[in-house]
Amino acid sequence: MKTNDVMLQTVTKVVTFIILMFAVHIFFAGHYTPGGGFVGGLLTASAIVLLMLAFGIQTVKKIIPVNYVVMTSVGLLLAIATAAASILFDVPFFTHAYDYFELPLFGKTSLHSAMLFDAGVYLVVVGVTMTIIQTIGEDE
Amino acid sequence: MSNLLLFPIIIPLIMATILMLFPNKIKMQRLVALISALVTLIASLFLLFKVYIDGIQVVTLGSWPAPFGISMVSDLFSALLVVTTSLIVLFVVLYSFPTIGIKREQSFYYPAVLFLLTGVNGAFTTGDIFNLFVFVEVLLMASYTLIVHGGERQQLRESIKYLLVNIISSALFVAAVALLYSVTGTLNMADLAVKIPQIENTGILTVIAVLFLVVFGFKAAIFPLYFWLPASYHAPPMPILALFGALLTKVGVYAIMRTYTLFFTMNVGFTHELLAIIAILTILAGCVGALAYFDVKKIIIYNIIIAVGVILFGVSQLNEAGVQGSILYLIHDMMIKAALFFLVGIVAVIFGTSNLRKMGGLMKTYPVLGWTYLVAAFGLAGIPPLSGFPGKLLIIQGGFEGPQFWGSIVILATSLIVLLSAVRIFIYAFWGEPVETEPLKKSAYHAMLIPSMLLVAVTVFFGVGAELFMPFVSGAAEVLLNPSLYIEAVFKE
Repeated sequence: MKTNDVMLQTVTKVVTFIILMFAVHIFFAGHYTPGGGFVGGLLTASAIVLLMLAFGIQTVKKIIPVNYVVMTSVGLLLAIATAAASILFDVPFFTHAYDYFELPLFGKTSLHSAMLFDAGVYLVVVGVTMTIIQTIGEDE
Repeated sequence: MSNLLLFPIIIPLIMATILMLFPNKIKMQRLVALISALVTLIASLFLLFKVYIDGIQVVTLGSWPAPFGISMVSDLFSALLVVTTSLIVLFVVLYSFPTIGIKREQSFYYPAVLFLLTGVNGAFTTGDIFNLFVFVEVLLMASYTLIVHGGERQQLRESIKYLLVNIISSALFVAAVALLYSVTGTLNMADLAVKIPQIENTGILTVIAVLFLVVFGFKAAIFPLYFWLPASYHAPPMPILALFGALLTKVGVYAIMRTYTLFFTMNVGFTHELLAIIAILTILAGCVGALAYFDVKKIIIYNIIIAVGVILFGVSQLNEAGVQGSILYLIHDMMIKAALFFLVGIVAVIFGTSNLRKMGGLMKTYPVLGWTYLVAAFGLAGIPPLSGFPGKLLIIQGGFEGPQFWGSIVILATSLIVLLSAVRIFIYAFWGEPVETEPLKKSAYHAMLIPSMLLVAVTVFFGVGAELFMPFVSGAAEVLLNPSLYIEAVFKE
C-alpha cells in the first residue's frame, strides 16, 4: 500500500534539526543539570528513527552510512579509556579531573573529563538503539 | 590503594570491545580472545599473590570515600574465585576453537564470552550490594547473548524461559536491595556489616535475608528454584554449556556465601538452619535428576545442582571446617564441571547424540578419552586424592561439628549416587559392544581433547596438592568468619 507521506516528510525535514540541536543542548546541560549522554543519545536516535519513518530505512542508510555496531564499540572504548586513564595517574579508577579555562566566545568555562565519558555513553546509546531498531525493521 | 584488583575486570571488557570492531576476521578473533583470557589470568594471579602478601585490597571508585562511593574489595576468597574463573574461561576459549563453528565465531561469540568474564569477575570483586546487581546484570546480558547464540529451535524456546526467570529474579533483586536500603540506609557491604548488628528489630532483617536467599537462589539453582536450569542449560552448544555450568550458578553461590557470612548473621538459628535444610533438599533433588536421565548433558547438569547443595551446606554451618571446605569445594567444582562438560562434549560429538542408550564400546577406539573421563568422574565423586576429596571431607567435618550433623550423613550417602551417576556414563559409553560412530578428524579430536586433559590435570593437581592451597583457603575462610577484617580493610582506605 502506498501512503501519502508528504506532510510527514515536510515536517521531518524541519523537526529533525530541532531534535538534533536539542540533543546537543541536553548533552552539554548534563553536567550540572538534568541531561547527559544517555538522554542526548536517545534524542539523537529518535531523530534518526523519525527520518527512517519518513523516508525509509534504505534512504537513511545512504544519508548516514554508519556501522552502528562499530559506533557502539568506539563509544564503549572511549568511556572505558576515560575511566581507565585514572590508572595512569595512580588514582582510583573512575576518578575524574576538571578545571576552569578562559575560552574565546564562551568565557570562563569548566572543562571536565566526565564529558568524555558522557560522549562515550552518547555513542553507545545511539549505536545500540539504532542496531536494535535496524534489526527489527529489516525483518519485514 | 591499588587499581590492580580491577585489572581482571577491565582487561576482558576492553578486549571484548575491541573484538566487536572486526567480527569477520576469525583468526584475529581467536588470537585476541586467547591473549585476553591469558592476560586476565596472569593479572588475576598477580592479584592473588598481592592479596596473600599485603592483605585485602580495596579501591573506592571515583575517589569517593566509602560508604558513599562504590568499593571494590578483593580478599583471598574473591581473588581465588577470580583466578579460577579466568582459568576456566581460558580453557573454554581453547575448547571453542574446534567445537563452536565458524558461523557462531563470526557473530560476536568471543566478545560475549569476554563480557561474561567481565561480569563474573566483577560480581566476585565488588563490595557494594547494588554494584553486585549491576555486575550480575552484565553477566546475564552476556549469557542471554550466548544462550540464544546460533538461534537453533531448542535454544530459542529455552532462552525465553531463561530470560523470564532471570528478569523476574532481577526484579526481586532490586526490590530486596531497596528494602535493605530502607532499613539500614546503606548498600556498601562493609557498612552493612557495621550497621546491621546495631539494628534491634531483627524480624524485618530476617525477612530481607530470606528474600536475598530467594534472589540468589534463582541464580544458584537451589531447591526448589532450580526448575529452570536443566532445560535451559541443555540447549546451547557444549563450550557455552561448560561456561554456564562452571561459572553462572557459582555467582549465586558466592553471593549467598558472602552475604550470609558478612552481614546476615543476626538470626543464625533461623536463616542458617533454613539454608542447611534447603542445601540438603537441593542435594537430594539433584541426585534424583542425575539418576533419572539417560542423557549425558542432563546427568552432569544435575550434578551442578548437587554441588550447589554441598557447598551451601558447608557455609550454613558457619564454622572453620565447613567454610574452608565450601571454598575448596567451590573452586574444585568450577573446574571439574567445566572438564566434565568438555569430555562428555567430545563423547557426544563422537556418537552424534547425547543419549547414553545409543553409546558403547569407546574404550577400544578412544582409550585416552576413557581414562581421562574416569579420572574426572572420580574427582567429581571425591575419591582421594582427587580434587573433590579435601573439600568434601572438610564440609562433612564441619557438619559433624555444627548443629546439623544429619546433613553430613546425607552428603556421605549421596556421594555414592554422584559416583554412580558419573560412572554410569563411563559404563554405557566406554564399555559394552562398540556402536557405530561419526567420523571425526584426528586433528579436531586432539584439539578438543588437549584442553580437556589439561583442565583435568589442573584439577588433579588441585586435589593432590591441596596442602599447597590450604594457606590461601584458610586465609579466605578467616575473612569470611571474621567480618571485622573485611570492615577494617574497607574503611581504612
